[in-house]
Amino acid sequence: MPFLAAVAAPVSGSSALIASLVFGAIFGVLLHRGGVAHYNTIVNQFRFRDFTVLKIMMTAILVGGLGVLALHSAGLANYHIKAANMLGVTLGAAIFGVGMVVYGYCPGTAITAAASGSLHALVGLAGLLVGGTLYAFSFPWIAQHVLPVGALGKVRLPDVTGVPALVWFATLLVIAAVVFFLIERAERRTRAAVATVDSESR
Amino acid sequence: MSTPVAKPGLLRQSRWNPYAVGAAIGVLSWVVFALVDKPLGVTTSLTGLAGACAVPVLGAEAIASNDYFKAHAFKWDYGMVFLGGIALGGFLSSLLAGTFRAEAVPSVWRERFGGSVVKRMSAAFVGGILAMYGARLADGCTSGNGISGSLQLAVGGWTFFLTLFAVGVITAALLFGTRRSSNS
Repeated sequence: MPFLAAVAAPVSGSSALIASLVFGAIFGVLLHRGGVAHYNTIVNQFRFRDFTVLKIMMTAILVGGLGVLALHSAGLANYHIKAANMLGVTLGAAIFGVGMVVYGYCPGTAITAAASGSLHALVGLAGLLVGGTLYAFSFPWIAQHVLPVGALGKVRLPDVTGVPALVWFATLLVIAAVVFFLIERAERRTRAAVATVDSESR
Repeated sequence: MSTPVAKPGLLRQSRWNPYAVGAAIGVLSWVVFALVDKPLGVTTSLTGLAGACAVPVLGAEAIASNDYFKAHAFKWDYGMVFLGGIALGGFLSSLLAGTFRAEAVPSVWRERFGGSVVKRMSAAFVGGILAMYGARLADGCTSGNGISGSLQLAVGGWTFFLTLFAVGVITAALLFGTRRSSNS
């Protein structure tokens, strides 16, 4: 399949830079129109008042995951797995979780929000840069004392469980379908209740 | 196709269906995996930018001699241009939707902590420091670990996603309380 081989060849040089600008812009548009470049959307997800973040992330994981699995099986894409340093990932995710709620953004949505006028997102971007610098200077100690703890290597769930990728995706799909069905039903009821209150107060 | 109610065109709608947006991000990750041979990610490139921005404050030597900045040196590579693209996309999207506006204190924050700009900016700055420190310690943020890692069924990706979510829920409960009466 010469066409697929040509498509699969990684772009390089200046065409790669143009492609990355376009892909980044598409990502920025999607984050903005998805509504996640807003403090309220992100914080209200963690308060269980708005499920936009979970809807977007789970759909991206399922659609992206099944496609990348297919591409990988066809030899058209490589996996890029990060090392599962369990202590580092768990501690890092916990610190990130606190930061994300206090800031109201994660790094990608922060860039999108700052570019669409959010001044506090812009100030927080400076915080991101400071945080990166602090990490760089604490890295020698972290690399020695934290990262080696529970270092499992570049492993995937199928590697550590023996359960095939497709079974994982099927399970995730069922969980997501049930959870989102319930969320949509609850949101419809809330909207209906709000509409009733509105019409009664009129 | 004509619809009975006049709806703004897709490019002018300020919000798109979240499932459609998620699916589109998934498709974008196919393209990026196949064409660029890299996962979608943000904070790895942001590290290089942090180093470049720290040079005037800490001195070029301190940055150049740091092992972590050596491994994540600033350059206009794929990942860095991708960040510029995100900003461009966010800017154009908000202009087209007509939602570009300066915001200093969002409504949910204001309801709980009041309208002080200094207070909100300080929290954003500190929260930003924590978010980036955590993202580097975990070697990825919501994009690199949460989406790209999880979609490859990476153990680290799912550990990050689930831990971030649990800690985020606890943090939000501590900051905002769990009372359901006030809306928005």
